[in-house]
Amino acid sequence: MNPFTSTQPASDQTATGGQAAPAGQAAPAGQVTPAPPAAPGAVLELHDAAVRVGGSILWSGVDLTVGRGEFVAVLGPNGAGKSTLLKVLLGLLPTAAGQVLVLGQPPGRASHKIGYLPQRRSFDASVRIRGTDVVRLGLDGDRWGLPLPFGPRRRKAAQQVRDVIGMVGATSYAGRPVGECSGGEQQRLLLAQALIRRPGLLLLDEPLDSLDLPSQATAAALISRICREQGVTIVMVAHDVNPILSHLDRVVYMAAGGAACGTPADVITSQTLTRLYQTPVEVLTASDGRLVVVGQPEPPAVHSDRHAGGASHDHHAHPSGGAP
Amino acid sequence: MISPVINPVFSWNVVDDIRTMWAYPFMVNAFRAGAVVAIVAGVMGWFMVLRRQTFAGHTLALSAFPGAAGATLIGIAASYGYFAFCVGAAAVIALATRGGRATGPASSRVSESALTGIVQAFTLACGLLFVALYHGFLNGTTALLFGSFLGITASQVVTLAATAAAVLAVLAAIGRPLLFASVDPDVAAARGVPVRALSVAFLVLLGAAVAETAQITGALLVFALLVMPAAAAQRLTARPAASLLLTVVIGFLVTWAGLTAAFYSPYPIGFWVTTFAFAVYLAAQAVQGLLRLATPHLAGAPA
Repeated sequence: MNPFTSTQPASDQTATGGQAAPAGQAAPAGQVTPAPPAAPGAVLELHDAAVRVGGSILWSGVDLTVGRGEFVAVLGPNGAGKSTLLKVLLGLLPTAAGQVLVLGQPPGRASHKIGYLPQRRSFDASVRIRGTDVVRLGLDGDRWGLPLPFGPRRRKAAQQVRDVIGMVGATSYAGRPVGECSGGEQQRLLLAQALIRRPGLLLLDEPLDSLDLPSQATAAALISRICREQGVTIVMVAHDVNPILSHLDRVVYMAAGGAACGTPADVITSQTLTRLYQTPVEVLTASDGRLVVVGQPEPPAVHSDRHAGGASHDHHAHPSGGAP
Repeated sequence: MISPVINPVFSWNVVDDIRTMWAYPFMVNAFRAGAVVAIVAGVMGWFMVLRRQTFAGHTLALSAFPGAAGATLIGIAASYGYFAFCVGAAAVIALATRGGRATGPASSRVSESALTGIVQAFTLACGLLFVALYHGFLNGTTALLFGSFLGITASQVVTLAATAAAVLAVLAAIGRPLLFASVDPDVAAARGVPVRALSVAFLVLLGAAVAETAQITGALLVFALLVMPAAAAQRLTARPAASLLLTVVIGFLVTWAGLTAAFYSPYPIGFWVTTFAFAVYLAAQAVQGLLRLATPHLAGAPA
């Protein structure tokens, strides 16, 4: 249905974005894993997928194949259905059409192999549970019955919790009540919670959203390092591509009821986005390498409930990179 | 309370004092019932405080009053009324608010508390009607509202213990996913934890626990045992297992101390239990304050 949804959209040599993408971009990685449709061992496979929210089709004709260990960003204006895509992958929302395979199975079957970080989560200051306990819930919080308070299994679980907390660098504050940790500290603990079962796929919904700029860079580097070192596939919803641009293998740009997929250099270009939006859109590159999308249409107010008070985000799909 | 038989005097010889109390079978029953209730109320209250469902808990507590009044009106044991109304109100709240605890936007949380408030007002109105229909019931009303430990029979203790065992057994089975769903509902749902069903189950268990507690503390003072021990324990430690254990210990000590004080004084049980629990909560607040002073990194809790 949507002509711009192939996994390899026509590459765009002439537009500004194609040429001006910062050096050292992930384009080579995209070539290393060309990920043809129905590739054996693909972590994610969507064929002509569509989803219906509130009676109307939110997006349709989405084709996407993601291989093992890839770092994929899902971009697009608010209301385009980015978080909805994650919910479909988790099996929390059915597809209206098409085929979706997650880790080789229909969505929802492999939920124990998926780590998930929902959008804008923060613990109230009054929550009197340690960060360690929050991480531990990610390991076996969904099991019925009580854990034995002693024995080798308990020691192994405690070691796993310590290891994963060390991996995200949260050891110094994991023993404090989680409500007393800062937003960035909570985000790291929640990342540890999502990682503790060594998932094959990590779904992150705007994990950088509540962080200040230096924390965004640190967190992006941490997520990228986990992606490389653990070989885990990461699908990350972001409203600003710039903090993660240098780490990405592939982007999915969702807009106007469809999606364009490919390397950042292929997708975030004036030509591709103009075709996707079906209205003139320009991608500019700031002197520091940040990408700015100009002229994208106002998004439809589909998710107004979730974004109450967040109206200022509407123009921030790629905020102007004026700051040095 | 109206002191039975004689006017006992507290001698500060604790062993003798306890022996004096326990010479009366009704006091032994009261201590047994108090112990059972303290444990159940402590454990359920701990989850209630963690889930911030105190308003729902309060509504269930108030529905104990029409339950007991209605049971007296139709001439059956008050226990049946307590359980029927508390568990019934829990089911109504759980189903009407689809789990009793919204995780979504603020608007659905408002409608949840409004629905709970409606249930609360209606159950209280029912209680008033039952009292009005049962002429000459007025003396008993105070006991229903503020508690009494007179006349707890051995068979009542058995009923309380059996119900408590059932509640705790179910809670042991669902405790870990319930903790997950309470702390982190979105991720728990993504992991396949039935968050909504757990909310319903929790409210029904809470209704049963409240029905038990109300028989000792009365409908209005259920919170003395349901909220205060848990709130105090969660001040003192953030370790789930430790604070759960501490909750039970505090509730147990407060109840037995309250029973002793009520026996040796002219003042009612509900006042004593509530006062002791409040004192423990204040002490826990003070200890937490001192701990924060001693460990400065805890003092700067971020906004």
